[in-house]
Amino acid sequence: MARVIVDVMPKPEILDPQGKAVHGALPRLGYHAVTDVRQGKRFELEVEVADEATLAEVHALAGTLLSNPVIEDYSVRVDQ
Amino acid sequence: MKVGVVTFPGSLDDVDAQRAVRIAGGEPVALWHGDHDLKGVDAVILPGGFSYGDYLRAGAIARFAPVMTEVIAAAQGGMPVLGICNGFQILCESHLLPGALIRNDHRTFICRDQTLKVESSSTAWTSDLSVGDEIVIPLKNGEGGFVADEDTLDRLEGEGQVVFRYVDFNPNGSLRDIAGITNECGNVVGLMPHPEHAVEDLTGPGTDGLALFTSALATLTSA
Repeated sequence: MARVIVDVMPKPEILDPQGKAVHGALPRLGYHAVTDVRQGKRFELEVEVADEATLAEVHALAGTLLSNPVIEDYSVRVDQ
Repeated sequence: MKVGVVTFPGSLDDVDAQRAVRIAGGEPVALWHGDHDLKGVDAVILPGGFSYGDYLRAGAIARFAPVMTEVIAAAQGGMPVLGICNGFQILCESHLLPGALIRNDHRTFICRDQTLKVESSSTAWTSDLSVGDEIVIPLKNGEGGFVADEDTLDRLEGEGQVVFRYVDFNPNGSLRDIAGITNECGNVVGLMPHPEHAVEDLTGPGTDGLALFTSALATLTSA
């Protein structure tokens, strides 16, 4: 068994209200070092084997179902 | 004329949409998300709500529902399709309409009677309206911010594909105050506010929403 990680993030130019809300809460908690927050999603996909064919399938589903290419970017990596 | 209204798990306004079709003089037909069957309808409405709990992204899972195979093919073949709120989100996720809807810029759910300016009367769903008309219909959404890249926005404006714009107040951070758009052919329209909630004086801010449904029936009759 292997695990493939898909990270999905809002594109840099797209407003991220959730990230802004998190960032807005930090000063109230006394944290002042963080200058910006962007919030995304992480998917952990269990696969039999992380070979080329499987990764091609993961890329296909990451670009259609897991992310919306209009507003999000995704990246795929095999969890070692 | 038969107008199908799709019910997804989590749809809320499917019955209101059916009622609007009936008041407009059409015959509403209930369609089920899990069926590969449009039951011979002449037009389709994707109603508001929270299909599949809005999990992943609003409309993202509904887009792959069995019935959507038929809806997408019919829309590409010219059938009038209207997406209201969650239905608009589904149309964007299906790539039947460009752009996407994201969380409101002020991060809160908003519910209000919203004034819209009609920007196009040359769609299947707005032929009974005139450009420049102002209509008031309810708006209720948490993820209604319309976004697209600058080129797409310029193209929408240039090709007359902006159908409705928010007036006086932008309730969700939509770029260029866009409340509703259409595809290149004008048969597919999506908007965030809810015309089906403004079809009777007793239950809404007026009857301005009725024009969208009578427009589609008129379009079908004249076709």
